[in-house]
Amino acid sequence: MNAIVFNKVWKEYGDHVVLEQIDLTIAPRSFVALVGPSGCGKTTFLRMLLGEERPTRGGITVAGEPLKQEPDSDRGVVFQRYSVFPHLTVLGNVIIGREFEMSGGFGRLFGAKRKKAEEDAMELLKAVGLLGHEKKYPTALSGGMQQRLALAQALMRRPKILLLDEPFGALDPGIRAEIHVLMRRIWNESELTVVMVTHDLREAFELGTRIIAFERPRNRPEEAERYGARLSADITPKLNGVVLPKGAMITKDIEIWPPKIAGAPGVTTRHGHSTPHS
Amino acid sequence: MRAINYRPDRTWRLALAFLPFVLLVIAYLVGSGIRLAENPNDKLLPSFAKMGEAIDDYALKPDARTGKYLLWDDTAASVTRLVTGLAISTIIALVLGIVLGLLPVAGATFGPVVAVLSMVPPLALLPILFIVMGLGEASKITLIVVGTSLKLIRDIALRVGDIPREQLIKAQTLGASSMQIALRVILPQTLPRLIDSVRFEIGPAWLFLIAAEAIAADAGLGYRIFLVRRYLSMDVILPYVAWITLLAFLMDLGLRILQRKAFPWFAQARSS
Repeated sequence: MNAIVFNKVWKEYGDHVVLEQIDLTIAPRSFVALVGPSGCGKTTFLRMLLGEERPTRGGITVAGEPLKQEPDSDRGVVFQRYSVFPHLTVLGNVIIGREFEMSGGFGRLFGAKRKKAEEDAMELLKAVGLLGHEKKYPTALSGGMQQRLALAQALMRRPKILLLDEPFGALDPGIRAEIHVLMRRIWNESELTVVMVTHDLREAFELGTRIIAFERPRNRPEEAERYGARLSADITPKLNGVVLPKGAMITKDIEIWPPKIAGAPGVTTRHGHSTPHS
Repeated sequence: MRAINYRPDRTWRLALAFLPFVLLVIAYLVGSGIRLAENPNDKLLPSFAKMGEAIDDYALKPDARTGKYLLWDDTAASVTRLVTGLAISTIIALVLGIVLGLLPVAGATFGPVVAVLSMVPPLALLPILFIVMGLGEASKITLIVVGTSLKLIRDIALRVGDIPREQLIKAQTLGASSMQIALRVILPQTLPRLIDSVRFEIGPAWLFLIAAEAIAADAGLGYRIFLVRRYLSMDVILPYVAWITLLAFLMDLGLRILQRKAFPWFAQARSS
């Protein structure tokens, strides 16, 4: 199983505790939404999962293996901004993943391999609704279309884990609703575990199978830096009465009911039931 | 209406752009007229007719002694030095700038030394270059390279650093190696910015070239200006200065057009 396991993870910057004692298991094919106030450490959490930051204490494993120390192709990502390459066309942005994978240091494909890559990319562009825009540069696309492109680009490498850092935060509500439908379909149809940071509780409940709230439980200003965010109330570090510097905790860990299961026929999109893909 | 909201339309913009040039010419004509009225042999502010004669002598008639058309000969010599120097400088800056900007180890090792060396006044190095490399082309081209490349390296390294962190992460999640990131993500996004940086180095490059030519050369626009200075030949110097300015302006314009044609995405990204 490809479960992601956080084992007593701490993140500190010098004296500043950002996250403390995070114990968490993310089941494969779940859609986890991380919510919490600004600066509560949810983005740090995501960056550790990405491999961009390392935990100060504790460890993260994926499918039993320790997480790679740098970002890699097993984890795709979509950021709120700057996710796509401005100097490449829409098509170029999608095939670049294949080019990185299949070619040498120059990172370019030619002939039959390129043709195949282009065909696969067009499939993905069709799936995200960008067909007909493949020759445009990203700046010519609207914000929603850029995020669709970023999703297609990330999916080209078929990652097992997809990390989303407030991907739809900058979009208009109407566009956001459309892209939610797309996001749910992608999650449902591909072998994906999704972890999404969001400010939008509605979005979290609409998409997530599990909501994790981060909170800094202590608010005394003079010790603000010494307590990080934590996960849920059921994790309370009691080490023989020794009081440790406290970080962020997960205060709420909510399973969505009725449970949504990826790939199961019960998952609805706005357009009714989607068929399971096998 | 507030001054900040008053925008000239296209026609007005063009007219306004020409206005200062016309005023300059008029001011020159008035000043020259006053001086020539007092002394018809005045050399300081020659009439346009006198300058026309000089241009005719230098550009359209072969030189009596060498049989060469001096203006074109000087232009060819200077532009060759300038373009060679800037080209070498650009290539060095592109490679080192990307390496310094992208690899933290390279940046930590060479960043400070480049920062210090870029503060050395290049003209102070000119005597050293003449001593070491002789008075030929090599020392002049080297001066241009030394004078422009260090600033260009720093500039490119900074611009590489300006590329959003998200893009580097994204490329890594797509499985790119460091080399692939440099060639497919950083290099193409650096090239249009490099053009901007080179445009700003055209002026300094001319400065170094003319300084080197003034001291030791047998042809070149700077050489000619300093040669005829001995005879107070303002009728030659002024057209030469105008010509150098025009050449520099055309190079700048050429690079701007190249940037727009070769990197259509860049103009779009900048305007949005």
